[in-house]
Amino acid sequence: MTVASASAHETAAASPRSLFRYVLGLADDALVLGHRLSEWSGRAPMLEEDIALSNLALDLIGQARLLYAYAGEVEGMGRDEDALAYLRDERAYSNVLLVEQPNGDFAATMVRQLLYAAFMHPYYQALSASADRRLAEIAAKAVKEMAYHLRHASEWVVRLGDGTEESHARTAAALDELWMYTGELFAMDEGERALAAAGIAVDRAAIRPRWDATVDAVLREAALKRPGECWMQSGGRSGRHTEHLGHMLAEMQVLHRAHPGATW
Amino acid sequence: MSASTTLPPPQDADLERARAAAAAVVDPEIPVLTLEDLGVLRGVERRDGRIVVSLTPTYTGCPATLAIALAVETALAEAGLADARVETVLAPPWSTDDISDAGRRKLKEFGIAPPERAQRGRGLFAQETVACPRCGSTRTLRISEFGSTACKALWRCEACAEPFDYFKCL
Repeated sequence: MTVASASAHETAAASPRSLFRYVLGLADDALVLGHRLSEWSGRAPMLEEDIALSNLALDLIGQARLLYAYAGEVEGMGRDEDALAYLRDERAYSNVLLVEQPNGDFAATMVRQLLYAAFMHPYYQALSASADRRLAEIAAKAVKEMAYHLRHASEWVVRLGDGTEESHARTAAALDELWMYTGELFAMDEGERALAAAGIAVDRAAIRPRWDATVDAVLREAALKRPGECWMQSGGRSGRHTEHLGHMLAEMQVLHRAHPGATW
Repeated sequence: MSASTTLPPPQDADLERARAAAAAVVDPEIPVLTLEDLGVLRGVERRDGRIVVSLTPTYTGCPATLAIALAVETALAEAGLADARVETVLAPPWSTDDISDAGRRKLKEFGIAPPERAQRGRGLFAQETVACPRCGSTRTLRISEFGSTACKALWRCEACAEPFDYFKCL
């Protein structure tokens, strides 16, 4: 392929359709994880963490709302944030598999939180320099919140990993269980690669060194062993989800679908 | 616009009234702070003849954002400016450095420790020092980085044994 045809190809791929798909993926990641965390409301192991997890959920749902609103505008079909959040089925959701995994115990929630926040913090930092002004603005806002998410999860993983025999075992088990979903954080399709080449999206591979460094530092402090290279599960971005997402969406969407157009 | 000795046109008086009305609205969760103290009032201008008041959210998911926008709309209507519009702007992102000195003083008097410094640069496991808003001691302990609202953390003073809210840096 010649350079000229490659750039023509990239321009075609960096279309409004690609931008819509890309923003939707970011929004779905944030909403699905936000909803998962909200499932802890009233059920966390202690009051302070109940409040913390609800706060984290609020941040993520707030980020999702901004991203959905923008995605809807880019798509130009009149879909607003509610239509995108409540009226799409599982196969139309494009979040990574990591964020839809069930909460499990508190250790599993904290490990999932660490793996996601260690990625999204530097990712939003890079995205705040996006050539797309709206995305840059949203990212500049979100990065400040993700700094708190990362610190919260890191402190808990250290406390649990370097805690009792039981907390160590549970945290190690969660890490082993969730590790195979981390590869998808770095995967990009053709449309997203074109957007990255155009300075709109962020090259996910470029985030890898910082993610590795953060995760390794926390695991070392937590006396946990980083899982070895393994086969990485994927499919979320193209709508092929684990069985857990459908159940989550059913609960999340039922009210809106049962009472279309209802308002407070 | 050229300099003039005549009275300002009526729309300028309206703009001033709109600014004063919006600036005096108080935060629904921290009622000692006005929007001006909080630093979320980003602009009051006339666009195509219509007054537009720009607000910026503190946290993206803060439930008070909507309540604040509604309160501003109400205040504008009460000031006789029902035609004015409220819009949200994200950039530059709000920071606790945007809280005015008066706002910081009011927070402390209300029993909330004002934010110490901007969040930037704080490392992964770094600790911060927060003075108790009641007795002033720095022998304080962070209980949780997340408190009763998105913007607050929960702390306890080891000197006077009182728990307190800390307006955390963003």
